[in-house]
Amino acid sequence: MIYLQLFWEYFKVGLFSVGGGMATIPFLYDLSTKTGWFTHAQLADMLAVSESTPGAIGVNMATYVGYTTAGFWGALIATIGLVTPSIIVILLVAKVLEQFRHNRFVEAGFYGLRPASTGLIAAAGVTVFMIALMNTDLYEKTKDIADLFRWKGCLLAVAVLVFSNWVKPTKKWHPIIFIGISAVIGVVFHFAGV
Amino acid sequence: MKELWNLFIAFAKIGVMTFGGGAAMLPMLQREIMDKHHWATEEELMDYYAIGQCTPGIIAVNTATFIGQKRKGTWGGIFATLGIIFPSLVIIIILAGIITNVSDLTWVQNAFAGIRVCVVVQIFNAVVKLSKKSIVDKKTLIIFIVVFLCSVFTEISPVWFVLTAAAAGILLKQWEVRKA
Repeated sequence: MIYLQLFWEYFKVGLFSVGGGMATIPFLYDLSTKTGWFTHAQLADMLAVSESTPGAIGVNMATYVGYTTAGFWGALIATIGLVTPSIIVILLVAKVLEQFRHNRFVEAGFYGLRPASTGLIAAAGVTVFMIALMNTDLYEKTKDIADLFRWKGCLLAVAVLVFSNWVKPTKKWHPIIFIGISAVIGVVFHFAGV
Repeated sequence: MKELWNLFIAFAKIGVMTFGGGAAMLPMLQREIMDKHHWATEEELMDYYAIGQCTPGIIAVNTATFIGQKRKGTWGGIFATLGIIFPSLVIIIILAGIITNVSDLTWVQNAFAGIRVCVVVQIFNAVVKLSKKSIVDKKTLIIFIVVFLCSVFTEISPVWFVLTAAAAGILLKQWEVRKA
């Protein structure tokens, strides 16, 4: 019963990811490895689409992953699964708001949880890095270290890094603009190698 | 019933106008919830938003549920949440259908190969930004490094890292209190 499984998996994502959209990504990579419902590369593409469309990234990702896995109903069920723990937890917490926020144990729990969540997202970043910027298949064949990296991609990555962090007008730009420009560069310079 | 419908519409609007969720949502919340409907004051809004960040789940969804609940109880929470997810459902389902059909085209594959490079950098930027608030001392730095390495080199589910890290946080803080 794929719908039930999808709901349960997404319920877990909603319950254990703390800190918004990006925090769901490590769980989705884990889900991909575990079930084979979609590939790691597909996940990177879904993330890009989710970032460039209206709505919260986490919700967009849930809809997209659900749709890829099981069509329209999959999209609906994955998204409902994602928000169910939020609804339950918030409805409970809303009644004891002040005690919850300043509870010593809650604060201490989040003190440990936040760096872990950051570490998980960084690890998911490594997975996308290997897909986008490395070519392990080609390296296996040729054993030439120069073939291990996709050099055009690396150049673009450095450019996006510099322009999105340190160059004056562009660092204020919305991520969608960088995604759009990267897409165009990918088409013009044949990034997929085809 | 009319109130519930108003909640749904207000949050659907916020959903449409928010790109990226989280912090990007705040100005839209202020405009719809504070200025237009007067459902919350600035301080209340910041409180709800803070709670949304430190409870499990997506920040935008948590904040919506919270405001809906304050306004109209359990059903208010549910309708506000349905409102915030509604635009995503419609837009992504349509887009996903289109992208699935064109994904074999050469230029689409090239475009996504370029986009993925951009995604790497954006995840990196997100990590840097998050680390400023999450890695605050040596202990949190160690938690970050251990979780990062274990997650890269093992297949352990993220659930275990989250649970262990929360427990570690509580133990570390307890230990600090005892020492002092």
